[in-house]
Amino acid sequence: MKAKITITPKKAVLDPQGKAVQNALEHMGYAGVSEVHVGRYLEIEVDGEREAVEKQIDEACHKLLSNPVIEEYRFELE
Amino acid sequence: MKVAVIQFPGSNSDQDAVNGVRVIGHQANLLWHKEESVGNADAVIVPGGFSYGDYLRCGAIARFSPVMQAVKKFAAEGGPILGICNGFQVLCEAALLPGALVRNRSLQFRSEHVYLKTIARDTPFTGGVDEGRLLRVPIAHGEGCYFADEEALAEIKANNQILWQYVDQDGNARDDANPNGSLENIAGICNKERNVAGLMPHPERACEEIIGSADGRAILESMANWLESKNQASAA
Repeated sequence: MKAKITITPKKAVLDPQGKAVQNALEHMGYAGVSEVHVGRYLEIEVDGEREAVEKQIDEACHKLLSNPVIEEYRFELE
Repeated sequence: MKVAVIQFPGSNSDQDAVNGVRVIGHQANLLWHKEESVGNADAVIVPGGFSYGDYLRCGAIARFSPVMQAVKKFAAEGGPILGICNGFQVLCEAALLPGALVRNRSLQFRSEHVYLKTIARDTPFTGGVDEGRLLRVPIAHGEGCYFADEEALAEIKANNQILWQYVDQDGNARDDANPNGSLENIAGICNKERNVAGLMPHPERACEEIIGSADGRAILESMANWLESKNQASAA
């Protein structure tokens, strides 16, 4: 099965990339853009029981794929 | 002192660190990332660069290399460890130091000289820096903005773990002297036990006047002096 993982900066962390993209969007004339956050997206192919895979991916997200000091993660399995 | 300078694929300040230690009259050797022991070294430097290509996050992958398990053990035994630039990022990722380094506020890669004010002088890395002396050393990084959440920052301050701050040439920690947006102008910190420190600036690239500054010597010499007095104490 495939794990689709999204990692985003925590709200409290300065996100200058998001700010720069937001400015660019505004310059392009897109109105109403109030916030942009730039994160990371990963797809991981894994074999195994759904429950075990879920536990594994959660642990990998916590230990390696994200840094809990500055980032949040969420994922879905399909 | 005998310093082990860790070498990851992508390290680029490893030779500078070896050179810095040697020009102050001490021994330094490179230690490959696959090694499982720091050998007979009595201090470790985790140098700057782009370990493992900075893939995923700066320092994220280096943390799991065999040599880092040896470095963790060395830290637990009280050995002095200095992380410089990418080395600072690696030590934060390895949870040997609190907080994290994120993208510079300006989004620019900053390569310039900065002034550092030494805040806590009771560590192996700062004991030899004269009170009130500002160190002029280079920085070269894109992700050096120090971040810790409110609770962690309060603890860092309560334990006097801030070792260096970015200041202007008069020693004031002003916002315009902050090259990357670090909280509290933090350039470097240590752990609670005070034997592990990290900083974004490069003291090892400021050990000879011919390259613009020799102020970085004070940090490496502090380590040597600290080890010497420790050895004398244990011999006595």
